Amino acid sequence: MNILVCIKQVPDTTEIKIDPEKHTLIRDGVPSIVNTFDTYALEMACRLKEETGGTVTVMTMGLPQAKKALKSCLAAGADQAVLISDRPFGGSDTLATSYIISQAVACVEKEKGSVFDLILCGKQAIDGDTAQVGPGLSEHLGRPLITYVSELKYEEAEFQGKRENDDGYDWIGVKGPCVMTVVKTAYEPRYPTLKAKIEAEWAQIQTITAESMKETLDLSKCGLKGSPTKVVRTTTPENKVKCIYIKEASPALSAGKLADILAQKKVMGR
Amino acid sequence: MDFSEYKGVYVFVETEEGKPKPVSFELLTPARTLADKLGEFVGAFVVGYQVEETVRLCAQYGADKIVVIDAPEYQYYTTDAFTNGLHKAVKKYKPNVMLIGATNNGRDLGPRLSCRLQTGLTADCTSLDVNVESRNMEWTRPAFGGNLLATIMCPNDRPQMGTVRQGVFKKAEPDLSRQAQIVYEDIRTRPEEISTRLIKRVKEVVESVNLEEAEIIVAGGYGIGKAENFKYLEELAEVLGGQVAATRKVVDAGWIAHAYQVGQTGKTVAPKLYFAVGISGAIQHLAGMNGSETVVAVNNDASAPIFGAAHYGIVGDYKEVLPELIKEFKKRKGE
Repeated sequence: MNILVCIKQVPDTTEIKIDPEKHTLIRDGVPSIVNTFDTYALEMACRLKEETGGTVTVMTMGLPQAKKALKSCLAAGADQAVLISDRPFGGSDTLATSYIISQAVACVEKEKGSVFDLILCGKQAIDGDTAQVGPGLSEHLGRPLITYVSELKYEEAEFQGKRENDDGYDWIGVKGPCVMTVVKTAYEPRYPTLKAKIEAEWAQIQTITAESMKETLDLSKCGLKGSPTKVVRTTTPENKVKCIYIKEASPALSAGKLADILAQKKVMGR
Repeated sequence: MDFSEYKGVYVFVETEEGKPKPVSFELLTPARTLADKLGEFVGAFVVGYQVEETVRLCAQYGADKIVVIDAPEYQYYTTDAFTNGLHKAVKKYKPNVMLIGATNNGRDLGPRLSCRLQTGLTADCTSLDVNVESRNMEWTRPAFGGNLLATIMCPNDRPQMGTVRQGVFKKAEPDLSRQAQIVYEDIRTRPEEISTRLIKRVKEVVESVNLEEAEIIVAGGYGIGKAENFKYLEELAEVLGGQVAATRKVVDAGWIAHAYQVGQTGKTVAPKLYFAVGISGAIQHLAGMNGSETVVAVNNDASAPIFGAAHYGIVGDYKEVLPELIKEFKKRKGE
């Protein structure tokens, strides 16, 4: 079983602060992490590999510093890592990104002489929150898709994913090669051992550039040029809410006052 | 690409077992505003099985033209059948703008469809506008856990596509006399075109735990101390006719199931009233509930960020405050 996990290096959104005067994001000093959902996908891949044998490859598209994210995935159970990085890829939206990744997948598969039985992506990245690259990848590769998977089984040559839907879940079966996007799992990703961390530090990371994919890559579908969506402006949300504190002499009186206010605003169901 | 061929602000009306998802009707509201601005019509693509009732309701909620794909293979959502059906309909009807509800299925379908059409899709928009001159949509959406709002355009491709979460817009008052043009399209998906197989369907979350549709939510954070203390929240929710919910930390601690989690890695909710009890107000949590109409925070830490997102705040011990609130609301109900 050969599994590919697509990951993204993201700023830790818990650490992001807003410049109170300029109303912009303060990115300096904000640590970069592996997108949370991708760590669940990696752990899911590692568990399946431990059951069936095979390899887990991690892949990301980004600047050279994204190697750090790949290394932390190598330390947490991945066997190989691939970085897709080149100037023409900068500024790609989700359509262009999923196209480039699909090309890189084809490129790696051609080199290996075999296809990945399973491609896992986190359901979405915590910085962009679009949840579009996984389904886009499935579409570009023409491979079956299951989104929002929280549990995975492999039985009689069929992948079975537990898919969250709006009022419960479905177990969905699909034959590989296929693509899945992963939500929070019931288990936590493993902590890397010190030995694994040191080994990952020295690991070779394959880099794929536009040149590596030149036989098939359509550059007009990459980067800003290949991105139908354009960000025209960004603003910081204004804190419109002004909290009215209710401080009566006792909890009972405060509760009464609040009930009055809510009744007046007619927000309570009757 | 000849943009003049692309007309109408369409809503994808999602159905399952013939029943529409509420967000679909909500989206007919902004579709109307945008269509009026553009001087275009409101369209609806209804995909499902035995959807006559949904089609009728679409007209009442504001659709001018309804394209219906009604066949057994669309009874349950499958990514392949819905992508195929809707793609063929979009190719034929050429919408200028296309709105999709950001349900799990909508967020599965949207990117596949936009990819197949090679056009842009903006996810989880919270406000929609259109530039009448260029006829380009201005899609605004939060990013970085709600720290930033980005406005996105798709100037060179059509249709312009976006997904919107439930609760961002309100359904219009139904106009029972309203008529729409209805077109049935015989677009079928053959079994061999569907690569997935439904093994088992489990309705784990009963109707009453559908947080996305709840009008009142009483949510607990780590500050409530332990699982048993949810009884205070449950009682308040019951009196108000609402639902309990929780933060990630509470779910991680195993105090309540993940289905109750509100926030970036849980559900996005937009109730009329949101009680935040013992919730500090991490950005990830706020991202899931900042569409709430009225937020009430109860926390003993006056410096908790939740007060910055709350309309009303009580600084104090929730174990003292909640029982009083319960008493108070019970009294009022009895009146």
